Amino acid sequence: MTHALGQHRPSPLVDGKVVLEASEIARALTRIAHEILERTDGAGDVVLLGVPTRGVPLAQRLAARLAQVEGRPAPAGSLDVTMYRDDLRLRPARALGHTDVPASGIDGKVVVLVDDVLYSGRTVRAALDALSDLGRPRTVQLAVLVDRGHRELPIRADYVGKNLPTSQREVVQVQLTETDGQDAVVLGQAAAR
Amino acid sequence: MNRHLISAADLSRDDALLILDTAEELAQAADRPIRKLPTLRGRTVVNLFFEDSTRTRISFEAAAKRLSADVINFSAKGSSVAKGESLKDTALTLEAMGADAVVIRHQASGAPHRLAGWVRGSVINAGDGTHEHPTQALLDAFTMRRRLGHLEGLRVVIVGDVLHSRVARSNVLLLRTLGADVTLVAPPTLLPVAVSSWPCEVSYDLSGSLPKTDVVMMLRVQAERMNAAYFPTVREYSRRYGLDAARLALLPEHAIVMHPGPMNRGVEIAAEVADSPRSTIVEQVANGVSVRMAVLYLLLGNAMTVPASAAELAEVAR
Repeated sequence: MTHALGQHRPSPLVDGKVVLEASEIARALTRIAHEILERTDGAGDVVLLGVPTRGVPLAQRLAARLAQVEGRPAPAGSLDVTMYRDDLRLRPARALGHTDVPASGIDGKVVVLVDDVLYSGRTVRAALDALSDLGRPRTVQLAVLVDRGHRELPIRADYVGKNLPTSQREVVQVQLTETDGQDAVVLGQAAAR
Repeated sequence: MNRHLISAADLSRDDALLILDTAEELAQAADRPIRKLPTLRGRTVVNLFFEDSTRTRISFEAAAKRLSADVINFSAKGSSVAKGESLKDTALTLEAMGADAVVIRHQASGAPHRLAGWVRGSVINAGDGTHEHPTQALLDAFTMRRRLGHLEGLRVVIVGDVLHSRVARSNVLLLRTLGADVTLVAPPTLLPVAVSSWPCEVSYDLSGSLPKTDVVMMLRVQAERMNAAYFPTVREYSRRYGLDAARLALLPEHAIVMHPGPMNRGVEIAAEVADSPRSTIVEQVANGVSVRMAVLYLLLGNAMTVPASAAELAEVAR
């Protein structure tokens, strides 16, 4: 039994500098919600799909804000990408997250993928593959709370909560009330190898 | 989790629950328009079957294919085994072909264990002699949990030819790990000598055991393994240890009836019971694919183990 196989996310909390506080996360999400409404003409066809673990509560929060502004519910769900990752052979198998596509489906819809941190872009690539096995959206967009740079693939976000220049040695952790008991974005140092 | 799955006893509670949870997620993927996942692309799974099987072999084949693995089917009939090739030489041949996983069914108890010492890939026991059949136990536990919602404290009665049953042994071990209480019901001649050392109760009275049971699992009478007279007549066995409509009525409202298949209708289970809505026999087959996908994913995913610290780091840095 290797250590990581039985390990269930969320991962342990990181100590470090708080770069976004709860109020700033809330403001960033409100702004993203308004940007989605502008870019999609009122979000009529929008389906929000969060990438587990922390993309899921973020998608739900965005959906609540869209519903608040437009007065009609915005469908939100989750999209697990574990089985589509390109690093499956490099590290121990992970427990699967939950995929939950809203009943309206994604065919012909504007799918907004939601994740906490955009880093290498590999998770998003996996999400695009997973999405194409579920249906054919009209458009796919990407919303992230933090873009920390260091892309390894030609992928960019349509909506960004905060651009955070980092070094690759640093660790960015988004903490959310739903998964971690508090709202914060923490920038820490990776443990020495 | 170990690299191989030879015995249900190898699984810790956490491992077993991880397999069941993973299978639960994979079962949902079975409802999608595209059921294939790219996870094991480029990997090779060999089905090495020295004994006849329909559902287990097809189930493993479907599971591997849904994960995009390449599948090589090998059956002893029509192969060099019929010419007298040894298990070891067969194993070395597979090794040379680069099998990432070998699913083996063999008439000799312990064959998968021997094989695990000869190949680099993962070995999955798909039934060895009268020893074990761990993926069957996993799919049974999965079916129970889906139907009844939990496994902890569940009262399970396993009835019939325990002596020749690898399904019974694997189920007793796994269900114990998962916190269920198992009672074996069988004629004394069809119980193994050392059954008193198994983590379960033993009874000879089927009707008396049924009213306080959540799950009743009927075992096949394995006539092909019986080289002596274990009971006077099939009719007498059926009267004392068969599940018919009258006995079905003794079960609590919520209880389910399971059978690992293939069934001897009219011997251990009456046709009307097998076809009743409380029977999960067809469900068990469907669940088998999801559970075997989970086992293949978790065993092969773990084949190249990175040190825990680096794995954790990558997890946090993701």
